[in-house]
Amino acid sequence: MLRTNLKHIESVEEFDEVIESNEHVMICCGRMGPMCLPVYDVMENLEEKYENVKFYDMEFDASHAHVLRNHELSAGFMGLPFTFYFKNGTAVKATSSIQNKKQVKTILEEHLV
Amino acid sequence: MNTKHCDAIVLGSGAAGLTAGIYLARANLKTLIVNEGSIGGQMVLTHAVANYPGVLETSGRDISLIMKKQAKDFGCDIESNVELTKFDLISKKKMIEIDDDEVFTSDVVILATGGKPRKLGAKNEDKFKGFGISYCATCDGDFYTDKDVIVVGGGNSALEEAVSLTKWVRSITIVHQFDNFQATDHAIKQAEKNDKISFILESEITEYLGERQVEGVKIQNQKTGETRELKTDGVFVYVGYIPNTDRFKDVIDLSEREEILTDKNMLTNINGVFAAGDVREKKIRQITTAVSDGTIAALNAIEYLQK
Repeated sequence: MLRTNLKHIESVEEFDEVIESNEHVMICCGRMGPMCLPVYDVMENLEEKYENVKFYDMEFDASHAHVLRNHELSAGFMGLPFTFYFKNGTAVKATSSIQNKKQVKTILEEHLV
Repeated sequence: MNTKHCDAIVLGSGAAGLTAGIYLARANLKTLIVNEGSIGGQMVLTHAVANYPGVLETSGRDISLIMKKQAKDFGCDIESNVELTKFDLISKKKMIEIDDDEVFTSDVVILATGGKPRKLGAKNEDKFKGFGISYCATCDGDFYTDKDVIVVGGGNSALEEAVSLTKWVRSITIVHQFDNFQATDHAIKQAEKNDKISFILESEITEYLGERQVEGVKIQNQKTGETRELKTDGVFVYVGYIPNTDRFKDVIDLSEREEILTDKNMLTNINGVFAAGDVREKKIRQITTAVSDGTIAALNAIEYLQK
């Protein structure tokens, strides 16, 4: 399990439920490495400011993470973390490797909020 | 735009910044740590720390997570992975603006902004970040299983990470701009005796090639000027660090290497502005020395506030 203060997605069933039952969802799929930690920090920081977005993480090496590892939007991704943005159950944006707070906020504003 | 006031602002959250935050918050000062990169700074890139006194071998990441928890538990606010968009260090009341939309003021500032990985500056570098260009072998090495990659650099990081990558990749070409390495003899020998590693010296990458992902690079020989293309599946860049001082150079006294000059109390040329850690001019850069700097800066900042 990832050691973050975010809510964790720990099964495919939970993943399906999260994206189906919430209008706006951001999921960061990674490890506890130097490219992933800053993105988790940003998400923890933005949780209060974006109450209508649900923020989750997912452990990249867990078997259920295949739903994001093998997602069509992550084809060609070669850097952790894989970060996904879902609107009404559909992935509308995904990024590879580290992103800063401004980049994350721009995507949230453009695609979710 | 709302303005929030703190007693102290610490810019940077590596070992020096987090230590300063711990000491300031423990003295009941309202403290904000602002961080443009990853919490832990360069410390998180160190896989094994075996010489931090009082702690058995652990990872730099784990030390940084504990430091972060200590800082938060003592009451520090941490704004992480944000952009410092404006600042005023000269006025008595210091001011910073982050991400163009939040302003904080304080009575003291500690600059602990550390260093940042030097980019190559080759064409298409930003385009391929996460698509064939990586700065972290531990993070991304397994994406290159059985692939051919390039490692750029000639210091300890480049050679040690190249050896580490051989767990996954088929072959590694180390590209280095000089005709000799700056790494330790041990690191050089470990790389030289590894069958998967070959070397191209006195050469620099000038351009990354590919459509969606890196498929090759242009390499220029520094002696002859000749340029050639080399196919590759990925490039790992380790060409050193530069101090994060560029934005402060008009107000803070810097050394020739653009590191911040301080006195023995970590005070800069500006009253109420201290500096700590790798951003400061000094010879020895270790987690222990960063912790020492952060402690000294914080305690002197506390004294400054009490005057």
